Amino acid sequence: MSLFNIFNISGSAMTAQSQRLNVVASNLANAESATGPDGKPYQAKQVVFSTVPTPGQVGDGVKVSAVVADNSPMRIVYDPKHPLANEQGYVTLPNVNPVDEMVNMISASRSYQNNVDVMNTSKSLLLKTLTIGQ
Amino acid sequence: MPPISKGLAHSREGDKMSSRIDEMFQFQQVALNLRAARQELIASNIANADTPNYKAKDINFANALRGALAGTAEKLPMTALAPEHLRGNAGESVMGAPVQYRVPVQPSADGNTVDMDVERAQFADNALRYEASVRFISGEGKDVLDALQGF
Repeated sequence: MSLFNIFNISGSAMTAQSQRLNVVASNLANAESATGPDGKPYQAKQVVFSTVPTPGQVGDGVKVSAVVADNSPMRIVYDPKHPLANEQGYVTLPNVNPVDEMVNMISASRSYQNNVDVMNTSKSLLLKTLTIGQ
Repeated sequence: MPPISKGLAHSREGDKMSSRIDEMFQFQQVALNLRAARQELIASNIANADTPNYKAKDINFANALRGALAGTAEKLPMTALAPEHLRGNAGESVMGAPVQYRVPVQPSADGNTVDMDVERAQFADNALRYEASVRFISGEGKDVLDALQGF
């Protein structure tokens, strides 16, 4: 029954988008974390989406296939008073770009909403199908 | 040709009647199944709106319905001359109709061809037409009941 499969497809997309939102939250929360458990500044993370083919069905779901570290250069700020400043007075701060993260957040939230709408429409179609013959 | 016996003729008449009712519902039944399959395709386009290199898919509804009703769904089988030959598969299909890729209006850098405006519009359109088919089936059911019950 294809309409029931839509719940799986949209559900997988909602899971993937909320994982993306999770990564955005982590990046924004750690935007100023100059040191971590390994002693290095926090490195921004990004999710990679990939299609999940469902056998026997035409529709494809989506999943987060990997969470990769952002390799863009770290932010270097001159702040001699900072406890982690080097001899020249420079501090290495995370490579988190708050503008990128906000854009990512809005995009994830809109995609999530789209999939909620798809699910609601499918639900109402299924309910209408149940009224056949009444 | 005269009927062999009265009882048999009567049952044949009954068969014809029920098959006629079946025929009445068949068109909307096939249409409803195809609409549901297309709804699933568009839902998967919307779900994969952010997946790199995903290509938006759809079916040609008119051709698919025509093929499904005629029972001659479009297929491109390959001739196999020996049992070890590969069975040719003409790609993905919905009830025999080939799944086609949408032609993107604006290409995107990540190779994704999902246009959310198009998909949302098609989704709403398909949902409405699905509902219409549901109503038509209900109406046909009422017609049959009216005919059976008389006035």
